[in-house]
Amino acid sequence: MSNRRNNIIPHIDWITIGLYGVIVLIGWINIYSAVFNPVHPNIFDFSQRYGKQFVWIMTGFAMAFLVMISEASFFPAFSYPLYGMFVFADLVVRFVGRNIAGSHSWFRIGEIGIQPAELGMFAINLGLAKYLSNEKNTTNSKKIRWIAIAMIVFPMLLIIIQNETGVAVTYVAFIFVLYREGLSGNILLIGFLTIVLFILALVGNKFIISIILAVIALVAFLIFSRRKVKDITRIGGILALSLAIIFGTNYAFNHLEPHQKKRIQVFLQQNVNNSKEGYNLHQAEIAIGSGSYMGKGYLQGTQAKLNYVPAHATDFIFVTPCEEWGFVGATTIVILFFVLILRLIFLAERQRSPYSRIYGYGVASIFFIHVAINVGMNLGLVPVIGIPLPFISYGGSSFWAFTLLLFIFLRLDADRLQILR
Amino acid sequence: MNALLSNRKYIIGGIFLVVCISCIVRLFYMQVIDDSLKLDASNETFRHITQYPPRGCIFDRNGHLLVSNEAAYDILVTPSQVKDFDTNSFCTDLGIAKADFISGLKKATIQNTAYHASVFMKEVTPEIYAAFQEKMYKYHGFTSQVRTVRRYPLKIAPHILGYIGEVDKNLCERDPEYKEGDYIGISGVEESYEDDLRGKKGVKIEMFDAMNKEVGDYKNGKFDTLPVTGDNLTCSIDAKLQEYGEKLMQNKAGSIVAIDPRTGEILALISSPNYDPNMMVGSVRAKNYARLLQDSIDVPLFNRALMAMYPPGSTFKTIEALIGQQEGVLDENTVYSCPGAFHIGNVTVACDLRHGPLQLEKAIAYSCNTYFCNVFMSIMSNKKYHSTEEAFASWRRYVTSFGIGVRPDIDLPSGLRGSLPTENYYDKFHGKGHWKGSTIISLAIGQGELGVTPLQLANQAAIIGNRGYYYTPHIIKGIGDKPASKKYTTKHFVPIESKYFEVVADGMCDVVNDGTAAASKIPGVVMCGKTGTAQNPNGRNNSLFIAFAPKDTPRIAISVVVERGGWGADWAAPIASLMIEKYLTDTIKRAEIEQRMLNGNTIQYLAEEKTAPKKKHNKHTTKPVRMASIKKPDQ
Repeated sequence: MSNRRNNIIPHIDWITIGLYGVIVLIGWINIYSAVFNPVHPNIFDFSQRYGKQFVWIMTGFAMAFLVMISEASFFPAFSYPLYGMFVFADLVVRFVGRNIAGSHSWFRIGEIGIQPAELGMFAINLGLAKYLSNEKNTTNSKKIRWIAIAMIVFPMLLIIIQNETGVAVTYVAFIFVLYREGLSGNILLIGFLTIVLFILALVGNKFIISIILAVIALVAFLIFSRRKVKDITRIGGILALSLAIIFGTNYAFNHLEPHQKKRIQVFLQQNVNNSKEGYNLHQAEIAIGSGSYMGKGYLQGTQAKLNYVPAHATDFIFVTPCEEWGFVGATTIVILFFVLILRLIFLAERQRSPYSRIYGYGVASIFFIHVAINVGMNLGLVPVIGIPLPFISYGGSSFWAFTLLLFIFLRLDADRLQILR
Repeated sequence: MNALLSNRKYIIGGIFLVVCISCIVRLFYMQVIDDSLKLDASNETFRHITQYPPRGCIFDRNGHLLVSNEAAYDILVTPSQVKDFDTNSFCTDLGIAKADFISGLKKATIQNTAYHASVFMKEVTPEIYAAFQEKMYKYHGFTSQVRTVRRYPLKIAPHILGYIGEVDKNLCERDPEYKEGDYIGISGVEESYEDDLRGKKGVKIEMFDAMNKEVGDYKNGKFDTLPVTGDNLTCSIDAKLQEYGEKLMQNKAGSIVAIDPRTGEILALISSPNYDPNMMVGSVRAKNYARLLQDSIDVPLFNRALMAMYPPGSTFKTIEALIGQQEGVLDENTVYSCPGAFHIGNVTVACDLRHGPLQLEKAIAYSCNTYFCNVFMSIMSNKKYHSTEEAFASWRRYVTSFGIGVRPDIDLPSGLRGSLPTENYYDKFHGKGHWKGSTIISLAIGQGELGVTPLQLANQAAIIGNRGYYYTPHIIKGIGDKPASKKYTTKHFVPIESKYFEVVADGMCDVVNDGTAAASKIPGVVMCGKTGTAQNPNGRNNSLFIAFAPKDTPRIAISVVVERGGWGADWAAPIASLMIEKYLTDTIKRAEIEQRMLNGNTIQYLAEEKTAPKKKHNKHTTKPVRMASIKKPDQ
């Protein structure tokens, strides 16, 4: 045992750990600035969020260390039980969970709150890796493909029921994993087109869009088809589906929760009142814009610190570096994340074991979707969805979850030469 | 198969790259290209709070406070931050109706956008403000600023001090020193010394958080500027004399100007009717101003001392006497005989008495028209000059040197130059070469085209008192610790030798001793004076008097004009003598004259004249208090 533990050290990917360390450090000093309290200027003051975040970071490091000294084979072995536990917890939390701010997603054990949804990406990633890495299961089989999709969609629905739609949206990230493992590329295209249609239906004139779609379908039929019944049904089917999306959108939209409707309207800039529902985004944009090229300087920001930007330590944490470090600093953070994600893809690709590869892709995809949505919503590129920016947002459970996610992969990666799993 | 799938990493990486680049492009747009967001940020976080400096106070020459400051409070509103609160209690606290509240908000929004603070209510009294301020934390979006308003504790000298008011919009655009809503001196000393009085505004940059709570100074006030208090001014007037003069002039139209001939400092400058300067303060100003402006009979806003022009009448004979001597056509022994009128060609100038033969000194004392017509004729026909034009031009230069026909360089915003025609004027009027001394003979007795202001008359008295020089009359002695401008400490000489002044001074002394104004003799003070009774085509004559005292070392020179007062000796001379007595002895020993002057009413003649302009003369039913005694010939 001790031998092997010593052995893995040269195989650990220190580059990733270095990137992780830099991002964590940036996150911590950024929280210090975002919620800076002149009465408690000590960054280790535990009554303040920066002091607390230091505790979360240290415990996170401890967890990472524990993961690194554990047996790599532990994770594939416990993938299904962990996935099962998660699904079970999500089923139960609906009935026994505490209602916090309209969402039934929290277990309360004494003072500690646990939100199964936050662990979801973690459990799904393990389960999916285990399932798809099974040698008998290849994504070429339709049945396998549907089961894999169900493994994602089922907990997603459970979480939507809990009113944690934002978290559920992040599960879309697994589409990249499925794609890498053989799912047709059309699925990405269809997903993309669906979003486009959805937006068009909300902002445009439905009838004009329908006519344009019909014309496109006709042209497609004339150019590509061999004028067979099969082609007619296929193109006709796509057209019908598109029209259904377009006309169904309003129905679906009207049945969204009011706050979700507002968020989408804000994103689309429809009837936005900047002092009401548009306030968050408007203030975030003002703060980001005020950063200019080089920013106002560390601790010199005003907009976030003076509470103009709500949730400026959590969901809108990205505002503070934008304001204080300007375009240069904000871009640096975006690039750091991008490099980390690319590094993870690189590591995933070098795995011999499909389990490790799938898991690695899952980690990369989860990081990607969080960074893309969080940064995107800060910048007004996507509707406001309450999810954290990995390692940067204030909060213990999300920090731990991302750290665990990452270090399990690093543990698997360190073990890549040992066994073909 | 697996190798093929492995290529999908490029597609996945590509998608990630596209998203990453989109974010960076968006960042670049928001942070580097789009400037509007930056402005929004500083607009909502920073409030540039103007720190208004207290305006300088004004003191009289003896240190009595003439103008001081009092606190008033402006209530400001930032409409975008007005959040739900109890409007009823708000309106009750400020004593306004709910409709005012709503319209006030609208006005502020239109005026200055919803995101800037604008004035909601102006100059709230300290009492209302005290109650309001306690609850201000509840009224989101409302703040206050302290302003100072002017107070005039002595209620005197409105025309000198002037008043302040909100700055004109056009000026705001031209001068960055002013912003809309700022105060600026509009007339009087407030206007002419605006730059010294206003001080320098300071700016305090305060940061406000999202709850509109002040969180402190931006960078600990590093970028703040402190307001600099305006300079205090020391006015040359003697408040007691000014106050006394205003009392003497009550119910009369006209003015008094008193100058210290040794310095040119104006000791009193009274224009009557006047008004309480406190009427021009704060929210009541607009109403009062309109009322004063509409008073077309009294015209209280009109500063007669500087802006009213009168024919100098016989007071001008003193200048005539000086020019004649300097030109060599007259000396103290020159005798002209007065048959009761002066005849030349078909021109006749009447004299009130047959004075018989007179020398210069007595001619001044009795104000003999005949004598000075002769003097004027000899000046105009002086052999030194080739033509009447030339002689006139020379005469005119002398007159000009006394400041007549020249805009006074006084430190008040306005001042008429008076009327002194040029030879060209007569050339045009009569034709070149078609006029001579006799044509313009009315100038000899200060009538005709001549016009002077009371200030010019007072300065004339100062010049005679000084025997030939003057300092430019001015109203401010000192600015802060500095003395007045250098232009007020330069002697200006008239081109007449000082020896010629003695006989004039003697004559003026006789005026008071046994001449036209003998009733105005001051016990214990040797006063030199000259009456003037200026003809007025519309009605009663204007009563004029110039004087200086004591005779040899004059400390005060004065001019008094009482419109429609009649003889110079009736009103102007006694008032001037009382002023001098008050200034030099600080007591009035002639209570009877003082009472008569205080109770006198001559403004009724003016009112009658104005209400019935067509009638040649007044038919007053109630006789005013009038001098029953001596009516010395005087025209």
